[in-house]
Amino acid sequence: MNLRGKKVVLHDMCLRDGMHPKRHQISLEQMVGVASALDQAGVPLIEVTHGDGLGGASINYGFGLHSDEQYLRAVVPKMKQAKISALLLPGIGTVDGLKMAADAGVRTLRIATHCTEADVAAQHIGTACKLGLDTVGFLMMAHMSTPEQLLTQAKRMESDGANCIYITDSAGTMLPDDVTARVALFRQELRAKTEVGFHGHHNLALGIANSLAAVEAGASRIDGSAAGLGAGAGNTPLEVFVAVLDRMGVEHGVDLYKLMDVAEDLVLPMMDAPVRIDRDSLILGYAGVYSSFLLFAKRASVRYGVSSRDILVEMGRRKTVGGQEDLIEQVAIEMAAKKNG
Amino acid sequence: MKVRAAIIGSGNIGTDLLYKALRSSLIEPVWMVGIDAASEGLQRARDRGVKTTSEGIAGLLPHLAKDKIRIAFDATSAHAHQENAKKLEPLGVTMIDLTPAALGPYCIPPVNLREHVGKKLTNVNMVSCGGQATIPMVAAVSRVQAVGYAEIVATVASRSIGPGTRQNIDEFTRTTARAVEKIGGAKRGKAIIVINPAEPPLIMRDTIHCLTEAEPRQQEIARSIAEMLAEVQRYVPGYQMKSDPVFDGKRVTVFIEVAGLGDYLPTYAGNLDIMTAAALRTGELFAEEMV
Repeated sequence: MNLRGKKVVLHDMCLRDGMHPKRHQISLEQMVGVASALDQAGVPLIEVTHGDGLGGASINYGFGLHSDEQYLRAVVPKMKQAKISALLLPGIGTVDGLKMAADAGVRTLRIATHCTEADVAAQHIGTACKLGLDTVGFLMMAHMSTPEQLLTQAKRMESDGANCIYITDSAGTMLPDDVTARVALFRQELRAKTEVGFHGHHNLALGIANSLAAVEAGASRIDGSAAGLGAGAGNTPLEVFVAVLDRMGVEHGVDLYKLMDVAEDLVLPMMDAPVRIDRDSLILGYAGVYSSFLLFAKRASVRYGVSSRDILVEMGRRKTVGGQEDLIEQVAIEMAAKKNG
Repeated sequence: MKVRAAIIGSGNIGTDLLYKALRSSLIEPVWMVGIDAASEGLQRARDRGVKTTSEGIAGLLPHLAKDKIRIAFDATSAHAHQENAKKLEPLGVTMIDLTPAALGPYCIPPVNLREHVGKKLTNVNMVSCGGQATIPMVAAVSRVQAVGYAEIVATVASRSIGPGTRQNIDEFTRTTARAVEKIGGAKRGKAIIVINPAEPPLIMRDTIHCLTEAEPRQQEIARSIAEMLAEVQRYVPGYQMKSDPVFDGKRVTVFIEVAGLGDYLPTYAGNLDIMTAAALRTGELFAEEMV
């Protein structure tokens, strides 16, 4: 694979996707500390939001230690070169959250829908465009659609005004060829000025390989997370990816040593439990299940005395999509009832 | 004698409502109004002897008086409803609003239908499908003891969600959350909607989480929920609880599944049924007052 001379924009997720393994309990000091260190390391884009996006604070997904607004207003003014992004899932958050984020100084707004439901994002994409934001369409669980189906959704988001479309491997289940097929088709069929991005999860340890495949096929934005802090087995570990990009001669503008130190000195000590490939996160990747379900399944497993791995497999069998965390407890209750006869 | 009604909007909801209204002993659907001559809903209405127009509300207005239309069910969009209400209400037509416009008071029949009796209302709002499916359960808890916060999650099949709802999904979450407070009785409300494209389509499911202010009085709440369940089942037989209520500290959680009657879309689209059945029941209450 020859990527020499290619350019990518790296986007750190540890303060948004990393909210999942932290049960949304990252402190304001940690937010500002990690974001400032990433800023110093030259990371150009850093996402700061509740794990489930603006307005995600809920019984269903967990209440944050602070509100999205408190986090954003604390972090944004401290940035020297980095831009802060925010995530929004229509159906969970509304344009009110989007406007708040823009007012707090967010310059990149990512609007996420399930990979077949892009049309629910039209009003949010439109509003973000009107506010002059870098507007990104974020197609989640992208493995559940063929490249051609995914393209129709990408075009929908593009025509609504998104200037960048992401292929989002929420389940960490895609193989490099799956990534190549989708990115290459997007690159071929979307407008030349529309950027293509890739968001990986490391459940099958393919975060790096998939991100490289994406860059090779024409993606210009890649998500990763310092120390991999993210849902499931985490996101593509950003410091590892930067080291690989350095060796392959890809331009990214991030200082590897500084980023390594952020991961090791700041993010790793924040982890409540190791973010790694255990049997539950492996099954997410193996069975194609939404990575944020992990801790919910572990908790339901303890409460109802059924295997978390079995819960996750059942969630996959029921073809669940992102946001259906509420089904996990019901599934555990049903499994426990069956087990206890 | 039946009270004569028009159905505005020939999409999923309007068409499902038409089937139910045709069976009503109190309401006679006389007109179906659409904006697309090729609409399947209008074709189905014509096949059943209902008059149709594809010219929107303007196509209905000239016929209102001679066809004695007293009630109009509006299953268009929040934006269109504002226009429709402006034109119809002054002509003495009572509007049952199935959009999130919410110009009139909210109506969740098992909770507050009777409050609307005798008030000569010209407009009532049916909140949303998710609201109809969940707010009765919020009310079932809040009538036992104070609920500081309630949150509902509605998961619906992709095929059952038409373009109107998709273009305005924020209206769904806002209107539902407000009605969780106002009619459900929670001090603070939140609503979430998840759309799932699985094939075969999943049956509408709803999760209702309440946080009680004091420790939940479990037996009383469980009894109240069981009574409310029976009340909803009187007009939506496929409304079911998937387990006993969950009590976890101050959290009370109820899991619901709503199977429809399969009038227009198949039974998975319980979200259509619970909305149209509630709207028809509300219309019938007004019809009783009119005759």
